[in-house]
Amino acid sequence: MSVNIKEKVWYLANFEAFEKKLNGGAQTPLHRLRKAALQRVKKNGFPSIREEEWRFTNVSSIESMNFKPVDEKEQEEIGRNTLQEYLFEDLTPNRLVFVNGRFSSQLSSLSGLAQNIKFENLALELKNNPDVLLPYLAKQADYKKHAFTALNTAFLSEGAFIYIPNNIIVDEPLYILYISRDGGESFVTHPRNLYVVGSNAQVKIIESYVGFGEEKYFTNPVSEIILNENAIVDHYKIQQENKSAYHIGVTQVHLKKDSNYRSNSFSFGSVLARNDINTVLDGEGAECTLNGLYMANGKQHVDNHTLIDHAKPRCNSHELYKGILDDRARAVFSGKIYVRPDAQKTDAIQSNQNLLLSEDAIVDTKPQLEIFADDVRCTHGGTVGQLDDEGVFYLRSRGISKHYARNIMIQAFAGQVTHKIKLEGLREKVEGLVFSRLRDGHLSDK
Amino acid sequence: MLEIKNLHASVEGTEILKGIDLKVNAGEVHAIMGPNGSGKSTLAHVLAGREEYKVTKGSVIYEGKDLLAMSPEDRAREGVFLAFQYPVEIPGVNSAYFLRTALNAVRQYNGLDDISAFEFLKLAREKMKLVDMDESFLKRSVNEGFSGGEKKRNEILQMAFLEPKLAILDETDSGLDIDALKIVAHGVNQLRNENNAVIAVTHYQRLLNYIVPDYVHVLYKGRIVKSGGKELALELEEQGYDSIKNDADKKVNVPGLTGVK
Repeated sequence: MSVNIKEKVWYLANFEAFEKKLNGGAQTPLHRLRKAALQRVKKNGFPSIREEEWRFTNVSSIESMNFKPVDEKEQEEIGRNTLQEYLFEDLTPNRLVFVNGRFSSQLSSLSGLAQNIKFENLALELKNNPDVLLPYLAKQADYKKHAFTALNTAFLSEGAFIYIPNNIIVDEPLYILYISRDGGESFVTHPRNLYVVGSNAQVKIIESYVGFGEEKYFTNPVSEIILNENAIVDHYKIQQENKSAYHIGVTQVHLKKDSNYRSNSFSFGSVLARNDINTVLDGEGAECTLNGLYMANGKQHVDNHTLIDHAKPRCNSHELYKGILDDRARAVFSGKIYVRPDAQKTDAIQSNQNLLLSEDAIVDTKPQLEIFADDVRCTHGGTVGQLDDEGVFYLRSRGISKHYARNIMIQAFAGQVTHKIKLEGLREKVEGLVFSRLRDGHLSDK
Repeated sequence: MLEIKNLHASVEGTEILKGIDLKVNAGEVHAIMGPNGSGKSTLAHVLAGREEYKVTKGSVIYEGKDLLAMSPEDRAREGVFLAFQYPVEIPGVNSAYFLRTALNAVRQYNGLDDISAFEFLKLAREKMKLVDMDESFLKRSVNEGFSGGEKKRNEILQMAFLEPKLAILDETDSGLDIDALKIVAHGVNQLRNENNAVIAVTHYQRLLNYIVPDYVHVLYKGRIVKSGGKELALELEEQGYDSIKNDADKKVNVPGLTGVK
């Protein structure tokens, strides 16, 4: 069955279907927010490459592709064996699993968390305790400024909700797994995550996106993270969508005084991936660390946009993004550091380094400093280079084969980011993902 | 062990080696001396298989095999070792991992099993003593942030692990203070025996006080212009390269050709 998308773009058609399912829910303040967000999409459409922030990433194909909502009819249970390697059972007993955007209580596991900690499906919380999360929801990620945040907000329903009360330190990581699998027609999901971390609280969060099969689909997640005074969040995002998938995700972080946010973003899958991380350092002494690694080959396109807004004095930010590209892959890095007039004593370091393994790969790297204070220390730099021939020869001169020498050099390049993963078990998994992607000194289609 | 015949090689179209003949037998130490730019390091790299250096003429037979037909890794596996003048820094590659991978690559080639982690550590402790390095070194990235002396000692450590038949030391003495030089020379001397050979490439005579050569060859403008015993090195120490340069320039008789830089 095909719908005439000339008459009606897919997201409007999807919204009608979505609204019908909400029944009585269509009268709530939340739904008014959804409708306002939809209006924003309807009015402005998707960004074009004429817009500075989208200059190198063309999303017109997403607009024209006619993505459907996920089919409601019961889907075949996904085999646990297929999923085993993605469940991270050895890392943590706390996990929320979503299959094609829908919460799976069967695959999820929530044992051992203290009662006052919330870690559950956002949709459930919206239904049962909306008062807890409504003061935070959609307050950070501004749908008026970002088309895909607006799209996500229009369909806001399922996702992960985390609430850590003051002074609580959660030892084991909280793991959120989004699985996409063949669902017949090209489908779209809009995962929505909200993490609220209390004063002096600490938590480690792993967000993982995994795709099976070879069909096209579109994942459009938004995560909002609020760190109260002196809170610490370690946030890991691992994107392994399938090679036909589209992934456009936004992470919006708000930091209060003395809080510390550490992000590690790994972008490996998708034909087109875009990851935006926007952080606002909105209290003295706040600190954020953004580390990222992207690997792309074939015709993959990966775009990382980061914004660090130094709004208050004495905040530190450290950023290191590294990319490995092969074949005809293309990468974009845009890192903006914004230092507001009263953000004196800001200390910001940013670096983007790219390794090209073919003649045809392209990188656009765009570090941007906008500084309106005078007593600050900001450094930034971008590099694009090839594998160091001297290093490869050095290894070969010790008996190591050419292909293996290249693999070692590539791994070492990636290692400067993966070594920063503090969770040892996770570090091994991510390093395993990097290694499994290497074949004879190049990137393979795994 | 090694027989070089009429070897010509060029880099980016410029001929650097213009007909080298050299024969090295097991148990011998050969010093190759010469002014800067004479082609000493090029010779060392050609023997190790550096692809940027193109061999245009001549042959190199090593242990009865055509060395020039082998990949750099196969040369290493067959027992050829180059101690680099400028050892390469490889950030992110742990030294222990590097040494073990190299050792196992050579072992596999020779039909031996991989060395276990335990055996490796035992071996590493023993070999590191030879060049006065402590165990913390194993955890550091290969050559990253090493001092000049540490880098050179690391080269000799790798040599100790791989136990080559033919070790080529490329200006291993340059930039070393006397204490570091003694450590490095001691390491090399400990590894010498009647079955292996050393080619020591150097600009200065000093190294040869500690690694005593059987033969000294002077390389100039891509050719060996003079050969002799260890006394030749002392002669050069006293007189410098000028008289040899003059003699050679007369013989070669290339009018208008000024010394290579």
